[in-house]
Parts: sequence; C-alpha cells; structure tokens
Amino acid sequence: MRDDAPGKLQQVGPSAAILVLAAMVCWISYTAEPAEAFLFPKLISTAMLALALIAVFNAVSGIASPAPGIGPRLLYNAAAGLAVMLVAVFWAAKSLGFYATALASFFLLAWFYDPSGDRSLRRWLVRGAVSIGFVLVLYGLFALLLRVQTPRGWLM
Amino acid sequence: MEFLLYFGGVFTPLSLTLLIGGTIGGLVLGATPGLSPTMAVALLIPFTFHLAPEHGLILLGAAYTSTVAGGAVSAILLKIPGAPANIATALDGHAMAKKGHGARALQLSFLASGVGGVLGVLLLIFLTPVLAQWALAFGPSHLFWLAILGVTVIGTLESGSVVKGLLSGCIGLWLSTIGFDDFQGAERFIFHDALTGGINVIAALIGLFAIPQVIDMFAKGRETAAVQAITVERHPLRRSIREILRLPRALSIGTAVGSLIGLIPGVGGQIAGLVAYDQSRKFSPDKAKFGTGHPEGLIAAESANNAMVGPSLVPLLTLSIPGSPTAAVLLGGLLIHGIFPGSDLFENHPKVAWTFINSMLVGQVLMVMFGLYVAGLAAQVARIPPSLMAPGVLALSIFGAYSVQQSMGDVYVMAALGLMMFALQRFGFSAAPLVLGLILGPIAEGNYIQGSMIAGATDGLFVYFFGGALNIVLISAVVLSIAYSIRMEVQARKLDKRGERA
Repeated sequence: MRDDAPGKLQQVGPSAAILVLAAMVCWISYTAEPAEAFLFPKLISTAMLALALIAVFNAVSGIASPAPGIGPRLLYNAAAGLAVMLVAVFWAAKSLGFYATALASFFLLAWFYDPSGDRSLRRWLVRGAVSIGFVLVLYGLFALLLRVQTPRGWLM
Repeated sequence: MEFLLYFGGVFTPLSLTLLIGGTIGGLVLGATPGLSPTMAVALLIPFTFHLAPEHGLILLGAAYTSTVAGGAVSAILLKIPGAPANIATALDGHAMAKKGHGARALQLSFLASGVGGVLGVLLLIFLTPVLAQWALAFGPSHLFWLAILGVTVIGTLESGSVVKGLLSGCIGLWLSTIGFDDFQGAERFIFHDALTGGINVIAALIGLFAIPQVIDMFAKGRETAAVQAITVERHPLRRSIREILRLPRALSIGTAVGSLIGLIPGVGGQIAGLVAYDQSRKFSPDKAKFGTGHPEGLIAAESANNAMVGPSLVPLLTLSIPGSPTAAVLLGGLLIHGIFPGSDLFENHPKVAWTFINSMLVGQVLMVMFGLYVAGLAAQVARIPPSLMAPGVLALSIFGAYSVQQSMGDVYVMAALGLMMFALQRFGFSAAPLVLGLILGPIAEGNYIQGSMIAGATDGLFVYFFGGALNIVLISAVVLSIAYSIRMEVQARKLDKRGERA
C-alpha cells in the first residue's frame, strides 16, 4: 500500500478543525455567565482564534511546510492497534476488569505486530508467557505496591 | 551552603532505594529507543503519588538524570539514540564500538556524563537560591507574563512552526480552564462528565507523551527490529579515567555549553549535545578524526547533555517556568503533592527542595557507577521489539492514568488527548507547548485575575500589566522569543527552497 504525501485538504484540515474549536470556545467565553469566570478564557480564545486563522491561511496559501500527515499505510498498520486500544479503554477496562483487559490486549497486540508470523507454536507460547508475566508485574506494582483498586469487571 | 544541612535526607534507606531504583530503571528505559526521558518520567509519576514529596521527587530526578545518560548505550551499541539528546553521541560513539572499543566508549560516555552532570547540578545548587531571592520581587503581573513567556518560548523553539507552536500553547491554556472556576465556582467547558473535575495534569501528561509513541509503534506495522547490538569487550576502567583526564578540552567545552544551554528555557539536550560536539571539533587539532570514532566528540556530546539537566531546573524551581518538557513533567510531579515551585519554595519547603537537588548530585555519581555495569543489560532491553513495547507502554499508561484518582474519567481523558496529540503531531504540532500551557494555565489565570483586581483598585489594567520595568523586560522577552523564532523559520524555509532548486 502506497503512502502518498497528504493533499492540501489534509494539510488544511487540522488547522480548520482548530479554527472551528477556537470559534466555539470564543463564542462560549464571550456569551456564558457569569462573565467574570470567563475573563481568562476570553483572552486565550481570542489569541487562539487569531492564530488558527493564520494557520488556516498558511495552509491554504502553501506557506506552511507540508507535514507528513496521516496516509493510508499508516492507517492500515495502526488500525488493529487502535481498535484494541479503543475497545480496551472505552469498554473492556470497566466491563472485563483491568487485569483481564491488560492480558487480552497485550496478547492480541503482541500477536498482531509480531514480525515472525503466526505459524510457530513456540512463538504462541512465548507470547502467552510474556503476556502473563507482564500482567503479573502490573498486579504486583499497582494492586500490591500502590494498592490501587481497579474495576474488577465480569472476569477478575 | 544551606544544601549541606539536608544531605542526610538522601541517605535514608527509602531515599537510597528509590535513588538506586530510579537510576537503574532510568538507565534501562533511557537505552530503549522509542521511550523518551519525558515519557519515562511521566509514566513514573503515578508511582510517586503514594510517597512523601521529597521521595517522589528523588525517584523522578534519578529517572530524569539517568534516562539522558542511558540513551548513550543504544546510541553507542546500536547507533539508535535512546533520546534526542544522544544524537551527537552516536556520531563517534558507534564508530568506536564498531572498531571494537565499545566498552571504552561506554566508560568514557558515563564518566563524561558524570562530570558534566555533577557540575550542572552544582550550578543548580548555587544559582537557584540567588534567583529565588530575586524572584521575590515578582508580583501577579510579572508572574502572569512569566507564565506566558514559558509557553511562548517552548511553543516557538520546540516546534517547527511558530504559529503551530503558539497554537498548541493556546490549546493547552484553554484545556487548563476546563472544569469549575476557582474564583467564581462557575462551570466552564464541561462537555462530558469525565471533565467535571477539570483535566488531571498527570493523566494528560501520560496521554500526550506516551500514547502518540504507542500509536507510532503501531503505525510501523510488523516491522522487524533489524538492529544488531555490538558485543562489549572488557576494558579496564582506570584507563578510561586516565584518558578522560587527558582530554580536558572536550570535557570543559561540553560541560560549559551544556550548562549554558540548560539555563535557556526551551532549548533541550539535543541542541546541547550537537553544539558541544561542533564546538569541540572547531577547537580540536584533530578535526578530521571527528565522526570516525574520536573520543573527544563522544566526551563533548555526553558531558553537554548531562550538564544541561541541572541548569534546566533553575527556571522551574525559581520562577515556576519549566525549561524543558521533562521539567514540565517534574512540575506536574511537584503540583500533585501541593508544592508550588517559585520564589518561596526554599522558604516553605526547604527539605523537599534541597533533598531533591542533593539527590540529583548523588544520583550523578550512582549513574556513573551503575551505568558501567547496567550497560550490557540496557543494550539487551533496547532490542525489545515494538510488538511487546507498544502493548506494555499502553497498559502502563492506562493503569497509571487510572491510579492517580482511581477514576475512569482520567483514563478516557488520557486516551482522547493521546489520540488528538498523535493526529496533531502528524501535522506539525508539538506536545511540549500544549503541556506547558496546561501546566502554566492555572498560574497565568490566577495571577491575571489577581492582577485585574489590583489594577481595578489602582491605575487600570493597561498600566498594571504593561507598565513598570520588569513587565517591559518580560513582555520584550515574549516578543523577542517569537520574533527570533519567526526569523529562524523564514531562514529555514529559504534554505529549503534553495535546496530544492539545487
């Protein structure tokens, strides 16, 4: 899969998104009550809006140096990792428990990104052992040493 | 000589254990490519939460010092700098290792780091109280401008684009206003329940520094780590000590350059190492040998990047202005313990401040002692593949963010900020100014509100914030930092265009 240089739309996109955010923050800062609580946000959002306008102008006029951007190859490579991360953070950590989630996500990511492939039984055993070992270290550090009460979830 | 009174605090069993653990851990983490010193310190902060402030800072300080030195191991043995500060180290260090002088290169590197580091911390010890006394004259308007200066300096120097750097700083300042307002108790920008208590600085630090690196590792796909560590032979240490003593020019250039650059907020170890390397080459009669495995290049680079560590904390401890991204993370570590660095730090918390500084001095010596023995292990750790490193860092980030307040909201904030930062970094934005904005935001806002109240009762807002010699000096520094960076950016663009034409 080719990783083309990002087009102008991609170069303008993030600055435009920040411009929208800055406009929204600015609008809230100037309209919300009590006005005294928004003195500093007014100052910041005005500066943010001005800078975002300059950033958009620079991107549109080509003054800004082109950034690497996010190409299809990057998305393709990172998709599996991002999916595991998002599921782990926004669902599994609370529902399955931190340690079960850590074990499953470590094992899955170690498998997805292992360049040595899927065929050798030894590799599967090593991945499993490393995952269990790592979660035991996490348990020792956080549950026993720091006494952090993590959500236990359905499994642990 | 007040610091001598607090040396005992460094030698208690717990302090020593933390110092040794932080030093060894930092050396190993520093040697691991992909784990920056800033990220290593950010991941360690949750572990300091349950410790007394001075003990927490000992751990963070030891990790900061030794990650910079540990980065030399992978630079020398793998030609992969463990941190940007070690780029110059790889130039001659790896060439020496390839010639079969790996152990000699490691010994020279740690000895130079130790000498540079000790002198840098001594500068910190003697300069900080003087500046802290001077900082007592600062009022709310000055502290407001100082906070803005901190954001603009890092925003303009750390980022390739001045506009994007400043914009990152503004985003950080805005993020710091989310939650309930301290003065009126009003709700501000609470778009989700997770934001009710505001953005937790530690969760944000972990997200902003660790998650983009994790996604970067994912983005490389199933990449084979094609690095071959060079085997280290035995080499008598006393010969390396004699050799380094015979090369005082490189050592003194490195230490002087590193110390001076460390004092300038925003200029990091990478620049210190490269400038020291370049200056050492200019003053050396053996210019042609640089880059071919010449010990002078290695000594200059390593003494500089460690000499920078102590002075980079001077603006943090005296003016609350972190001189580097790692110093910003250390500021986060201080704030979670309710300690506010600045002019009165040495009056209100002398034990914490001096024990921390003294531990950095002792840490430099430990770093040399352990560095020489841990180098072999660190080189092995540096070869851990990204397929294991990425899930490991991800899990530590989730557990670390959760453990600060035992709140899932912090984990969501950490992940969301991390994803946002990864995307922004791909478009030329940088994490350091955003972090600075987030940390310095409350300082800037608190002093802006206080200043506005004083101004309302006196000469008005404009005279209060823009009048007076100190205000003018600080505003000039803000303007100069921006103007200088714009000039550098324009020059770099012209050079690029010339290069394209050629």
